[in-house]
Amino acid sequence: MKPVVTIIDYGVGNIFSVCRAFEHCGAEVRLCDSEREILQAERLVLPGVGAFADGMAGLRSRNLIEPINQFAGTGRPFLGICLGMQMLMESSEEFGLQQGLGLIPGKVVAIPSTGDNGVPHKIPHIGWNELLISETNRVGTIFDNTSSGSAVYFVHSFHVVPKFSQSRLADCDYNGRMICAAVRSDSIYGCQFHPEKSGEIGLTIIKSFLDK
Amino acid sequence: MPNIRLIARLDIKGPNLIKGVQLEGLRVMGDPEEFATRYYHQGADELIYMDVVASLYGRNNLTEIVRHSAQNIFIPLTVGGGVRSTDDVNALLRAGADKVAINTAAIKRPGLIQEVARRFGSQCMVLSIEAKKVSEGKWEAYTDNGREPSGLDVVEWAMRGCELGAGEIMLTSVDQEGTRRGFDCDLVRSVATAVPIPVIASGGMGMTEHMVEVVKAGCADAVAMADILHYKRMELPEIRAAGLDVGLHVRHL
Repeated sequence: MKPVVTIIDYGVGNIFSVCRAFEHCGAEVRLCDSEREILQAERLVLPGVGAFADGMAGLRSRNLIEPINQFAGTGRPFLGICLGMQMLMESSEEFGLQQGLGLIPGKVVAIPSTGDNGVPHKIPHIGWNELLISETNRVGTIFDNTSSGSAVYFVHSFHVVPKFSQSRLADCDYNGRMICAAVRSDSIYGCQFHPEKSGEIGLTIIKSFLDK
Repeated sequence: MPNIRLIARLDIKGPNLIKGVQLEGLRVMGDPEEFATRYYHQGADELIYMDVVASLYGRNNLTEIVRHSAQNIFIPLTVGGGVRSTDDVNALLRAGADKVAINTAAIKRPGLIQEVARRFGSQCMVLSIEAKKVSEGKWEAYTDNGREPSGLDVVEWAMRGCELGAGEIMLTSVDQEGTRRGFDCDLVRSVATAVPIPVIASGGMGMTEHMVEVVKAGCADAVAMADILHYKRMELPEIRAAGLDVGLHVRHL
């Protein structure tokens, strides 16, 4: 039987690619924007690009915050992608302090404007960068079939700083700055990169999520 | 550190992939989706689709091509040509594009950059600049696929675009485009060192040495290539390997 994935459509960004990538990996995709569909989901994906406040406003105006939090408590698989990952956190400093879903302790802050050598670097962080996957935390996760050093596609100006190191599933190195590339808390996952835009490596990560 | 991106650029007219010299004398190459699929499987880091006659007709005809391509291509896709409003942007994003490249409409009305960045995020607002050399160290921005002079200085326009919220700049040298004589490295360096956002160098790649030069001397963050790929003068894996051989920071596949 096909795994079913429910993708939240709250009016933000290019959701088409996310749907296509999951379908390509063998899933039946259901787009949803209602409480009932979220609570009934087998596994849930929160995609998103753009500003944090706009994303949260999109969820709030559709009354989706409470059902998402309820879903997260069920232990069923949940994946936030890019802005979707950032919204899992408690707060963001993008355009003033904004409250997030608070499913994983930690915050979202601007990527430092320089490398660790003090030399200014390009913001947004755009492009393919190597995943540095935590060997201790990776077992049984969405990185089961992905080796550390695999490159995936990033595009973001803010990054997640988890409060606890055990939430940190993978990093990437941006001119000496360690950027959190993936987080996990039980069955809740977040990817700062775009698995749907990361070629075969990204598709492998999506398949692993569908196996959860 | 992020890798230097190797981008396949596909200029499109009607249903066809085309290639010209200095954006003129367009020659039909074939079905764009066939080329795009091949580049995806060969490990392109991104694809750029440009509707080269869209500005003339005032609309972008790529929605259907984008929709088809996005079915089976899982790397970032930038689409440009004839994008005039946030509604145009929305239609392309919903068809599967990740970013839009805007030139002519942004020069006519710079506020469009801000509107796109606000509504969809800077990450999807690529400012496309077509540059022609005026004198040593000075370039003028052109519109309508290299046809109309705008009077704007390229470096100043790039800085302005960045302030307005562009997330990336695609910089095409009209003089070098399609000539296979190498990038205008002075142009690329002048812009790449003036703005804090990534710059994609476009126009002139004839051999791998040109790629290395525009990254090392031109400080390019990404390299767009067309002619060399479309005519199969070299394939992407060879180009990538050549970059890795000389220590260029490109993605390992």
